[in-house]
Amino acid sequence: MSGHDHGDDGVSRRKVLECMTWAGTGVLWTITGGVPRSLGIIDSAQAATAAAPGMTFLQISDSHVGFDKPANPNALGTLEEAVNKINAMPAKPSFMIHTGDITHLSKAAEFDNAERIISQTKLDVHYVPGEHDFLDEEVKLYRERYGRGTKGQGWYAFDAGGVHFIGLVNVVDLKAGGLGNLGAEQLAWLADDLRGKSKSTPIVLFAHIPLWTVYPEWGWGTEDGGRALEQVKGFGSVTVLNGHIHQVMQKVEGSVTFHTARSTAFPQPAPGSAPSPGPMKVEDAKLRGMLGVASINFKQNEQRLAIIDTPLQG
Amino acid sequence: MKTLNRRDFGLDLGLVLATAVLLPATKARADDMDVHIDNFVFQPAELKIKVGTTVSWTNRDDIPHTVVSAGKFRSKTLDTDDKFSFTFTNAGDYKYFCSLHPHMTGMIKVE
Repeated sequence: MSGHDHGDDGVSRRKVLECMTWAGTGVLWTITGGVPRSLGIIDSAQAATAAAPGMTFLQISDSHVGFDKPANPNALGTLEEAVNKINAMPAKPSFMIHTGDITHLSKAAEFDNAERIISQTKLDVHYVPGEHDFLDEEVKLYRERYGRGTKGQGWYAFDAGGVHFIGLVNVVDLKAGGLGNLGAEQLAWLADDLRGKSKSTPIVLFAHIPLWTVYPEWGWGTEDGGRALEQVKGFGSVTVLNGHIHQVMQKVEGSVTFHTARSTAFPQPAPGSAPSPGPMKVEDAKLRGMLGVASINFKQNEQRLAIIDTPLQG
Repeated sequence: MKTLNRRDFGLDLGLVLATAVLLPATKARADDMDVHIDNFVFQPAELKIKVGTTVSWTNRDDIPHTVVSAGKFRSKTLDTDDKFSFTFTNAGDYKYFCSLHPHMTGMIKVE
């Protein structure tokens, strides 16, 4: 990525598209007047970010460090490309969230490699675990690194820029035949956390597996996600950010905006379009477009995001 | 002279029996049985075996899976081509699933 020069002048459309397909992943969120709006994929968002008032933060997801199968033999490399993209942004986001599956197999070296690359952003990163981060025998490596100050299996809340952020864990104690799981203890904590909060406080919920039901046949949903969403119903602005499905999906329901981020490692098929949700092998030339910023996706995203913007005040 | 170990003998005997009696795969004698994980599916999803049979699960996906039967057995995380084996010494129905992808379920019926 370094040495890839996005010059101000003389950049042809073709060159821009090349750059956009080069790599990159991550969705930039900006908060203006307390309402988060997604500006799209990093490259496209740069100009807007520079001008946008208020707080911005970044979401990356599913870096699967250690993955080396045909769908992407170098998941660490594409994570690094994403980080380089972030570092090249003219306006730094305030912080970043990572919505889980940092590693592929929860090996210490994978966590170390992920940390070595992600820390190059010099941003605060708020993590939630994916199921791939809890695979070590003692289930301690993630917690040792990212569990400090969290409750239960690793859930927590924090405030930034007038927004209340809640990181949830829905990858533990999964039941046979079921989906993602929050559990009674976490739901009780959530109710407690939200108690007394002004309904005008913008809420961002983030977790690895989608809190809404995307495609239960592939386990893409959270069994008791609805019980979490009930608790934020009265709030004027709720944004739900997830990963896990390695593709962008969005939905708006009343004051709630749902969004899933791309992976930095490998794409997964659209629901039902393949025999399984496993890693999708695409042509080498197409991989980085699937991870981030192909121009068509970029345009689609912008349209969708524009649609999503409107009901947030509703 | 080649030493014939128990495992070789057992496998050979199993082959002979299967050929002679033409038992369907799901009704095999007490030899090892295999379950494969392909495309997030246990295959076969249901297996009928005799007490004493060892079942081996092999993960052929590019994504790790587990094999878990609550209170009965629990594999480590199986990466691609990793295998987990369990010998069933008691009759009964053993429902199991992948604790990472719980929509993946299977059943071993031991009689």
